[in-house]
Amino acid sequence: MSQYLLSTYAADREAPAAPMTREEMQAFGQRVAALENEMEASGTFVFGGALHDPDAATVVRMSDRDLITTDGPFVEAKEHIAGFYIINADDLDAALAWARKVVEAINHPIEVRPFRATGRVQG
Amino acid sequence: MTDGAARLETAAVERVFREAYGQAVATLARIFGDITIAEDAVQDAFVVASDRWRGDGIPPNPAGWIITTARNRAIDDLRRSARGRALHEQLGAIATTLRGRNIEQWAEEAPVRDDQLRLIFTCCHPALRTEHAVALTLRLLGGLSVDEVARSFLVSEAAMAKRLVRAKYKIKAAKIPYRVPDEADLPERLRSVLSVLYLIYNTGLDVPERTSLRSEAIRLARALVELMPDKPEAAGLLALLLLSESRAPARTAGGAPVLLRDQDRTRWDRTMIEEGHAIVRACIRRGQPGPFQLQAAIQAVHCAADSFQASDWPQIVALYDHLFSTMPTPVVALNRAIAVAETDGPAAALTALDAITSDLDNYHLLHAARGTMLRRLEQPDAARAAFQRAAQLAATEKDRLFLTQQIQELAADPKLVQPR
Repeated sequence: MSQYLLSTYAADREAPAAPMTREEMQAFGQRVAALENEMEASGTFVFGGALHDPDAATVVRMSDRDLITTDGPFVEAKEHIAGFYIINADDLDAALAWARKVVEAINHPIEVRPFRATGRVQG
Repeated sequence: MTDGAARLETAAVERVFREAYGQAVATLARIFGDITIAEDAVQDAFVVASDRWRGDGIPPNPAGWIITTARNRAIDDLRRSARGRALHEQLGAIATTLRGRNIEQWAEEAPVRDDQLRLIFTCCHPALRTEHAVALTLRLLGGLSVDEVARSFLVSEAAMAKRLVRAKYKIKAAKIPYRVPDEADLPERLRSVLSVLYLIYNTGLDVPERTSLRSEAIRLARALVELMPDKPEAAGLLALLLLSESRAPARTAGGAPVLLRDQDRTRWDRTMIEEGHAIVRACIRRGQPGPFQLQAAIQAVHCAADSFQASDWPQIVALYDHLFSTMPTPVVALNRAIAVAETDGPAAALTALDAITSDLDNYHLLHAARGTMLRRLEQPDAARAAFQRAAQLAATEKDRLFLTQQIQELAADPKLVQPR
């Protein structure tokens, strides 16, 4: 069994889409909940979440011997990770099948990336 | 043994190696779940074989011999190496049951062909970029050396080696499986395999030094049809390649391209045309048309005619209409427009071409087609401008020369001399 990161990206300063109606919000929520239930029931779901905007990000880095803290995301890019799932899957085809379901539920592209290692490093 | 006989023997061994490579790597990849282990083991087995076969002769089932030898060596290597021990434990059960069986049992139990089918779906997985899929397919299934693949794509051997390493890394890291896809995924995945084979063929068409790619593509397409006899699109691709290849002897004269309308049709290969026609007829009887079958049907109509003028153009336009309805791309529209010139005349064709000019403005064949229509409409200045634009955009020297020649012919055509 392997683990894969399914991440979705949002474009910065994207022309805001027409706001969802209450009914659309409800339908969206129901689709995502149904998908996550299916992931949970099949032992696929490991973790998932939606992130705040990159404006809420802070970077900590080492400079000479000092640690500095700066405002903003690590990469100044047009697109930022907006949310992700970590899933268990036998192989890439299984992971891609889940990715397709996520795309259908949220109507956003999904990047599928395999984990090289997961869990705690054995010391 | 005389020198001549020794050379013959060496050539025979090399041919066997090339044919056995794809089969052996496919089977070893299934057993060990790793292409690199499979390739290394097959290379080792080739070294052993080239030594032994020179004395004992080539065994009756050379691929089976290579597979057994490669498998045993890979198991030994894995036992010895630290990296291999963990993997070997996982594989322990499989490896122990496989060891000690003879080649005949081996062949019965695990048909090599199924392994090749699995591997071709791995190599042509849509998660791999097309140029990587093409290179992997030629290397692993075609048995071409890294250097041969590199030369086919006009890159250095080092660059090609790097490309292959990256593709194999992705297969392993992302765990692209060695499996014929589920029925639900099969249409998309088969399309991707067929496109890779078609691209290999077309690469062989573009540059004369790469002609072996064409026979390689036909060989792989034929193997695919044998592996998936119930997939008419696979048969459609094979027919398309055969019908296109049948015209190869007439397609150039002294290195310069000859247009379909000017080709010496007596030089077309009748055997390939007959086989292509038989496949197209079988496809029509099945009644599950798809893009490759329709393109093959169009080529079949061309190949059935004694001359360009005698071709069944209404049928060709109708087939392009059908093709466009399943594959609405500007390139299909371009080819349809060129056929329309023969049914409705150059003015109708030009109108159709104008509709796709914005989509294909950087494609030399669009401007070449416009030039041809404008010339037929006796508009030499506009025709010249179109051919000049086409020549600027042409990707190969051969095409550029051909287009320059069109411009010269335009100037020499007395009908088209402008009163000044």
